[in-house]
Amino acid sequence: MSPKKTLRILIAKPGLDGHDRGAKVVARALSNAGMEVIYSGLHQTPEQIVNTAIDEDVDAIGLSILSGAHNTIFARVMKLLKEKGASDILVFGGGTIPKKDWTPLETMGVGRIFSPGTDTREIVTYLTETLPH
Amino acid sequence: MAQDTTANTNPDPFAGIAPVKNLSGFEINPLYGPEDVKGMDFERDVGLPGEYPYVRGVYSTMYRVRPWTIRQLGSLGPPGEANKRIRQLVDMGANGISICLDMPTIMGRDSDDPLAEGEVGCCGGVAIDTIQDMRELLAGIELDKISINFVSNSQSAVILAMFCALAEERGLPWNLLTGTMQNDALKEYQAQKSYYFPPRPSMRLIMDTISFCMRNLPRFNPISISGYHLASAGATPMQELAFTLANGFTYVEEGIKSGMSVDDFAPRLSFFFKVHNDLFENVAKFRAARRIWARTMKEKFWAKNPASWRFRVHTQTSGSSLTAQQMENNIIRTTIQALSAVMAGTQSLHTNAFDEAFSVPTPHSERLALRTQQIILHESGAASTIDPLAGSYYVEALTQQMEEACEKYFQSIAEMGGVIAGIEKGYFQREIAESAFRYQRSLEKGARIVVGLNKYTEEEESPIALRELDSEFEKNKVAALKKYKEDRDQDLLRAKGEELRAVCKGRDNVMPALISAVRAGMTLGEAIGHMRDIFGVYREQAVF
Repeated sequence: MSPKKTLRILIAKPGLDGHDRGAKVVARALSNAGMEVIYSGLHQTPEQIVNTAIDEDVDAIGLSILSGAHNTIFARVMKLLKEKGASDILVFGGGTIPKKDWTPLETMGVGRIFSPGTDTREIVTYLTETLPH
Repeated sequence: MAQDTTANTNPDPFAGIAPVKNLSGFEINPLYGPEDVKGMDFERDVGLPGEYPYVRGVYSTMYRVRPWTIRQLGSLGPPGEANKRIRQLVDMGANGISICLDMPTIMGRDSDDPLAEGEVGCCGGVAIDTIQDMRELLAGIELDKISINFVSNSQSAVILAMFCALAEERGLPWNLLTGTMQNDALKEYQAQKSYYFPPRPSMRLIMDTISFCMRNLPRFNPISISGYHLASAGATPMQELAFTLANGFTYVEEGIKSGMSVDDFAPRLSFFFKVHNDLFENVAKFRAARRIWARTMKEKFWAKNPASWRFRVHTQTSGSSLTAQQMENNIIRTTIQALSAVMAGTQSLHTNAFDEAFSVPTPHSERLALRTQQIILHESGAASTIDPLAGSYYVEALTQQMEEACEKYFQSIAEMGGVIAGIEKGYFQREIAESAFRYQRSLEKGARIVVGLNKYTEEEESPIALRELDSEFEKNKVAALKKYKEDRDQDLLRAKGEELRAVCKGRDNVMPALISAVRAGMTLGEAIGHMRDIFGVYREQAVF
């Protein structure tokens, strides 16, 4: 068996929205769980996020969106990943994303949406179970 | 029958039932008595409402003569829709309105900016590109009677310019205008993160708007120094208190440095607090804030006018305390929070709707939020007597404890060279992120219980109808803006742009140039663009 690979995760804040409390808490929780976390900082375009993800060779991108623009932004990120041949990177997300939008996002290929109030251990479990390592 | 195996092994039968620490992290004693307020001189340290040090309230008669302003959020993406919402709220009894802006407007971008795509009119904020949007937003609203609070920060000078230009069009003298501009840049760098200019030019713009309002809009609050966003980003109530006041004192220092005399502008400084779930902690926070503000303004800044000593505050219930799980529970949380704001002596109150963890309120949830305040005012008795919790051993001790903890923070901030230096070093950002993480850990360990979230959880959620936003709005708004831009006098616009740039480079007040620019049709994004060219942009070091 190959040695256990450390998961690399990009936590990103797309768009104009500056609500970064959740993104920072999740980044810290994943880091405490032994993952390597890259936090994008604020106001990133989907292009910047996808480029960072590829440059940093991450296993997953977590998008934190509290602006209501989730449908547009996820679609753009998924499309860019596909265009750049990086569809193997798992995309998940959180923020104020109403449940009715979860299924369309999943159909788009988004892994999982986490609701406000999620226990961060749930996110850790999800990533360790979903990502090959 | 199943045995409760935990009951006998736990030495403290109350452990895990009620919190033993408040949100600020102070231990709560099971009982308070006279020894907890030893050394307190009631007359000197608490006194009477409307009198120094204002612990009991900033006015002598408080709600017996004038209830707090019932101020609800009246924004929605399209300015015309927001206008309908404002009118409905006024019809239902609101006498103040808060207007949130959509993310592009907040970030100084027009609806047709590529960075705005997908975010136009989102987040319950109204999209303001031009003075035409301001006309639609405020059509038929009596701007001398209904107090409008613009939740506007980095772009405040432009929003104020549109507001002034609109009043002028209507023949309404500026000195009758009432309302508030949030206009608090410091907390943007610390928490809300909707900044673009660096701290120095931000301070200059704020001082320009304050001095302009002092001379022209004496009933208007040109700034609302906000702890709310610090708390939303994770600050504890005590940190919210300490950082907000430290920011307030920074604005006072800047005002004095810019050549104003303290008593000229300090009476127009207003504040904005959050109320959390701990009722008594909220009350203590407000009472401590009033005492610290009054003492510091009098003893440190030598303010002579009692109006400069008064800590006037708008309050909003806690959005970040609302849970997406079992959403109706939020109605009860909001009620407790609102009750505490009233017992704390707020001047103005905004109650959140229970569905705001997920969306812009529906007319139904919005009405419930408004009625919550009316029930407290007319039925609860909490508004009948001033500062009803005064003299409670617990509340007086907690008020003192809050004040002492604050002083420690003031010292640390002074040692690092003040608030702006602290921002540049990432101090506030780290303190706040640390508290947010600690809070999350306390939930996950079960040390703090949130009903429906980490205890008494349910699998099936009852379906609640959320408000749907018009998906065509962005497209229509962009098209209308394009047309608006084409119809302007381009030469005049260019001249106004040059004028604005020259003023930004120099030292004159930016307001007259901005007012004449928006009158000529300059958009918010264009005005901010000119200013960004001159002032530069700020980038923060991203830390988590």
